[in-house]
Amino acid sequence: MDVINVSHLSKQFSDVNAVTDLSFTVKDADVYGFLGQNGAGKSTTIRMLLSLVRPSAGKIELFGLDLLRHRKEVLQQVGAVIERPDLYKYLSAYENLLLFAKMSGLRVQRRQLMEQLEMVGLAERAASKVKTFSQGMKQRLGIAIALIHNPPLVILDEPVNGLDPQGIADMRNLILHLSRHLKKTVLVSSHLLNEMEQIATRMLIIDKGRKIIEGSVNELFDPAKTIVEASVNNAALAAEKIKQSQWAGNLQQVNEGQLVLQVHKDQLAQLNKAMVDMNIAVTGFKPGHSLEKYFLSLTGTNQHVAAFTN
Amino acid sequence: MKQILMLALLVLVTALGSRAQDATLLVQKVKTKLDKVNDYQASGEMKTNVSFMKVPAAQVSVYFKKPGKIKIKNEKGISLVPKGTVSISLNNLLGSQYQALDGGVDNVNGVPVKVVKLLPLDENGEVVLSKLYIDEKNLLILKAKTTTRESGTNELEMSYGKFAEYALPDKIIFTFNTQDYKLPKGVTFDYDDGSQKKKDTNTKENQRGKIEITYSAYVINKGISDDVFK
Amino acid sequence: MWQLLQIELFKIFRKPRTYISFGAIAAMVLIVQIALKFDGQSYIEFLLGSLKDTLDIPYNTILNGYFVCFVVLNLLLIHIPLLIALVAGDEIAGEANMGTLRLLVSKPVSRTQLMLCKFAATVVYTALLLAWMAFLSLVLSIFLFGTNDLIVARSNALEIISRNDVLWRYLAAFAYATVALTTVASLAFLLSVFADNSIGPIVSTISIVIVFTILSELQIPLYDRTVKPYLFTSHMLGWKGFFYLKTDAEGISIPGTIENLPAVLKSMSILLAYIFLFTCSAMFIFKRKDILS
Repeated sequence: MDVINVSHLSKQFSDVNAVTDLSFTVKDADVYGFLGQNGAGKSTTIRMLLSLVRPSAGKIELFGLDLLRHRKEVLQQVGAVIERPDLYKYLSAYENLLLFAKMSGLRVQRRQLMEQLEMVGLAERAASKVKTFSQGMKQRLGIAIALIHNPPLVILDEPVNGLDPQGIADMRNLILHLSRHLKKTVLVSSHLLNEMEQIATRMLIIDKGRKIIEGSVNELFDPAKTIVEASVNNAALAAEKIKQSQWAGNLQQVNEGQLVLQVHKDQLAQLNKAMVDMNIAVTGFKPGHSLEKYFLSLTGTNQHVAAFTN
Repeated sequence: MKQILMLALLVLVTALGSRAQDATLLVQKVKTKLDKVNDYQASGEMKTNVSFMKVPAAQVSVYFKKPGKIKIKNEKGISLVPKGTVSISLNNLLGSQYQALDGGVDNVNGVPVKVVKLLPLDENGEVVLSKLYIDEKNLLILKAKTTTRESGTNELEMSYGKFAEYALPDKIIFTFNTQDYKLPKGVTFDYDDGSQKKKDTNTKENQRGKIEITYSAYVINKGISDDVFK
Repeated sequence: MWQLLQIELFKIFRKPRTYISFGAIAAMVLIVQIALKFDGQSYIEFLLGSLKDTLDIPYNTILNGYFVCFVVLNLLLIHIPLLIALVAGDEIAGEANMGTLRLLVSKPVSRTQLMLCKFAATVVYTALLLAWMAFLSLVLSIFLFGTNDLIVARSNALEIISRNDVLWRYLAAFAYATVALTTVASLAFLLSVFADNSIGPIVSTISIVIVFTILSELQIPLYDRTVKPYLFTSHMLGWKGFFYLKTDAEGISIPGTIENLPAVLKSMSILLAYIFLFTCSAMFIFKRKDILS
């Protein structure tokens, strides 16, 4: 079953198109990576999924139900952490959890709430006011609130923002636990591509409000395929030669003094030899694959700060 | 001729003199009747009709003690009593030294009365002139108009019943001068109910107030402490 | 819905700033009571000074609990709107500022229900604040000063009300004042929908109340005809109408009556209409609002 089905979704704020004609599907048990730069439209899309923002056009269905017409039934099955989880600072962790549990329509016992806090490692701080919590502790409490009513769908918007490395690792493990052991569907938006690489089963890449690509990680990004950055003296001439060879289809990008190709990792030696045979003066040959490089290659992003080159 | 004129003059002077004597005598007779009361405590209902005051009818006690103490008290509430109430007591009016002048005859509420003007001999006293309308037959003062230095002219109308023997009225209506009353709206923050503006309360007629006391009981000559009048 | 209301009340009464209002009212009422206890005569002279040459003024009996209560209400009901706006203006804007609004609205509760419960909680707060003020200004004043007839000083008239005829008027006045202050609360509530920070709605509400009050009190015929009848501040003083009595043909006031009850009821209806307008507008706008905070 499709847990989330978004078709032709658009959102316009004044004269800014935040999201344009976006369609995607999240299947049951997916860990769905929702990737994009800052300002790409990820948070706007997630807010539309949670009925915080009204779409300008398009349709959203969750669990086969139209969000607009079945908002209450739908949201009862969703737990979300939206950006940094801000909670009631003047209340304790326990009181925050109790309050939101009641809002989710639950009749909860103290024992259940304490178990939930135990799960996120906050049982000992149950009575402490949230204003005394670190960012990581607030994040964990936010997760507890999102999961208190045992929703089948969990939406996490930038869940690792502001976390230290241990916090990031904990979050990663939590998402995997939600998916693999608790069989929940998880939609995670992030711009931390290294993290997404480790947990996502399917992903959507969005840029300037538009879908760039969507699919399973295996389909989109075969770890066996390798991105190669070949440093050359004359990139234009080298590119011409490559285009006239059997490697034409592997050429991804031509930059100043550099060619970017995508080949199977077993073909690295072959490519290297072929370039030498074509009298292409190769000054550097750097193979590697990463989601970051894939993402950047698709979005064609310009660097925002002065390049740090090795 | 000269003798007739002298005789006519003599008769006139004698007549005038006797009329003045009549007025003085009449007032003395009334005073004698009033003097039977050394003190009294009366209870009654007081109605206040002043243009700028809205006051409910109140149960009051009126205390009098010779020679001139009088006090109106609302034991259970608030009553704003005019300062000229000394004039309410006829005993006070007749207590000082005065010269009585015949003012002719009139009638009050259909009862024929003799009009007597009293000029106080004390030039520094509060009362400047009093005009009494006296029922000669019963020796009762039905109306008194008193001009005072401080409070202008007051008017006292009395009707009698069961206490006529002591010259104590059943009902009095005391009319007196009032001053303008105004407070800034920025102080009072009145509620404007949007009704048409009331008549200007500064007209001459609105600067007169009226108190009406209907007495229900008198306790006479039983003694009253001076503390009551403080 | 009841559960949601309980949650909203829980949030209001766990916030420290809520208690500032109760403390402020206690301080203000006590200050007035202490001042009148020590020098009430001066205040009465100020009110009745123009009459002291013609009338005997019984200062001791005028200065009683009912009179003190009236003085307190006269002074404080101008200032209480600020304390109401402090909480009402924070209802939506405060949540947006804290970042909790997005969490609230993503819960399976309709926005209409959420707004209704938030407004209901604000009304409960307003009623409790007024009940607190009623207790301090009436009960405590009676305890300190006793009871007697009540003198009400209008700008060109004095009303004296028998002590037995006073208490029910105060109860009616407090009920009316609750409606009047709920009007302020509903305005602050509406303005709260537009802001992400509660300072804006609070200051805006107070500014509107002050400007409208000035317009309501100014004696300018242009405003009297055009603007004044429609300003809610013109009707907020309607509680005083319960202390204006009818008179008979002789000018004697009639106990148990109200001079112009239809006008008072009309004013109350206007206030209720404003409450309805402001609240419905707030709900309508909030239902369509994009939550970006």
